[in-house]
Amino acid sequence: MPKIVNKKILVSGNEAIAEAAIIAGCRFYAGYPITPQNQIPEYMSWRMPEAGGVFIQAESELAAINMVFGASLTGTRAMTSSSSPGISLKLEGISYMAGCELPGVIVNMQRGGPGLGNIQGSQADYFQAVKGGGHGDYKMPVFAPSTIPEAIEHVMDAFDLADIYRSPVMILSDGILGQMMEAVEFLEYKPKNKLPKKDWILNGAKDREPRSIYSLMMQSPTMLEKHNWKLAEKYKKMEIEVRYETYLADDAEILVCAYGIMGRICKGAVDLARNAGIKAGLFRPVTVWPFASAVASKLGKKAKKVLVVELNLGQMVEDIRLAVEDNKKISFYGRPGGAVATKEEIFEKIKETAK
Amino acid sequence: MKAVYNAPKSLKKTANSYCPGCGHGLVQRILAEVIDELGVREKTIGIAPVGCAVFTYDYFNFDVTEAPHGRPPAVATAIKRCLPDRIVFTYQGDGDLASIGTNEILHAANRGENITVVFINNAVYGMTGGQMAPTTLPGMKTTTSREGRDTTTAGFPLRVCELLSTLEGVEYIERVALFDPANVIKTKKAIKKAFQNQVDGKGFSFVEVLSPCPINWGLRPLDSLKYIKEKMLNYFKLGIIKDRSNCT
Repeated sequence: MPKIVNKKILVSGNEAIAEAAIIAGCRFYAGYPITPQNQIPEYMSWRMPEAGGVFIQAESELAAINMVFGASLTGTRAMTSSSSPGISLKLEGISYMAGCELPGVIVNMQRGGPGLGNIQGSQADYFQAVKGGGHGDYKMPVFAPSTIPEAIEHVMDAFDLADIYRSPVMILSDGILGQMMEAVEFLEYKPKNKLPKKDWILNGAKDREPRSIYSLMMQSPTMLEKHNWKLAEKYKKMEIEVRYETYLADDAEILVCAYGIMGRICKGAVDLARNAGIKAGLFRPVTVWPFASAVASKLGKKAKKVLVVELNLGQMVEDIRLAVEDNKKISFYGRPGGAVATKEEIFEKIKETAK
Repeated sequence: MKAVYNAPKSLKKTANSYCPGCGHGLVQRILAEVIDELGVREKTIGIAPVGCAVFTYDYFNFDVTEAPHGRPPAVATAIKRCLPDRIVFTYQGDGDLASIGTNEILHAANRGENITVVFINNAVYGMTGGQMAPTTLPGMKTTTSREGRDTTTAGFPLRVCELLSTLEGVEYIERVALFDPANVIKTKKAIKKAFQNQVDGKGFSFVEVLSPCPINWGLRPLDSLKYIKEKMLNYFKLGIIKDRSNCT
């Protein structure tokens, strides 16, 4: 394998995500084939052993996430990836990881749904990713990259956040970003924050008391509630990890809100609008949980109109409504079947909104 | 004075939550003795199932993790691959292993993972109150088969040992039972071999234990032992089902 760091190469989003994980010290990957993310397990199948880690093609999505569960509790940085129907199956394991406070990175290269849907890009799993998804009211940081370089950064940061908060972390991307190629430079991995010592792992009780990892808490009637209050405090702390991008938003009369791949396309639409003399701007959540509600609120209240664009029937728009608290000025434009809205299409919507 | 009998170091001095006459306490005692005797307590990681045995993390005096229902073999696979020199075992009931987790156990066995699996077959879902399990005997009454298991609609009990024995990846499979002292000793011998195999790097080793559940069977403890001997053994044959090291 040629040295990849600090060198510009042309790479697909899926492969970039896989390599970024390796660079960030991920040494366990388990996955199951599903389009449009197959390049991740394919890449990991040869690259992970080369890096001295473990690759397992799991028998199912359930097994894959539970293998991540097992690897994580040994202190190994672990990842799995899938696409929408597969993520539905992983939710059981994600909920257990949240309950057991196990770090791990889950990549969802979203495809169209419901059911088997199609294999094109989609943003239909926003609710699933940010509102819990699995059972029990847990939260996890969710990154929504809009470019491949950003995806690389997010994957590396995701492993750090997972370790810092002892939590599953999700990369919520889509088939478009996974399949497209960009020229990128992999930067040296350097944690942005001090990483905690993993003094909770199970590696055999040598010269220490035995440890256990569990989420069942019924030995006393208040045990689970106490645990959940502790988790709630952690979720509160996680809020400082919120990330967002604004583009020409300060004086925007039309505030376009979009994330992930649509955030990128809407930036182009905002340029078209500005060229046409319409004061449009963009608010792009970079983490979709934690969600930059305060920023959405401030910008949304200031703008005359707010246009939310998603590749679904309207999901993030609910968080925008909660933040802006003025339903009349908020409109939604979605493409729910795996099609991608073009910047010209969004520009037309901005023009309609401005009328 | 010389101590001739002690609590195993691998068991915590905690009261367990098992019903009177239950087989779990006995098997866990055996497990603890075996782990002590092999001297691997400080490098053992156990995986508890969902079911009555979930609380084993409170009973064993070594590292234990819980796993989602049926998934212990997947969790064990990853632990063992990440820490190949540790001793990793799963402890699973019939609902966990033979129903919701059939896929995981089948594939872990097929990959020949170098782990040990202890499978407690008591023919019912114990923790949830005695529902029909995949291993419930034909005609056996449970809370979801009140007239007895009807094989025309519920199928026949699953013989997991025989099923797994067809897989190339499997090193050792034995079925044992807890109905009398001689067979308790055989159970210990089998479990010890299943752990020794792992220590020796031989691969996937599996012990099924026919175990009493008096409360859910509606029988007294002694009658439960008789039930194993007289009823379960007719369907689940005891003995070594596969041993690769014996067929060189």
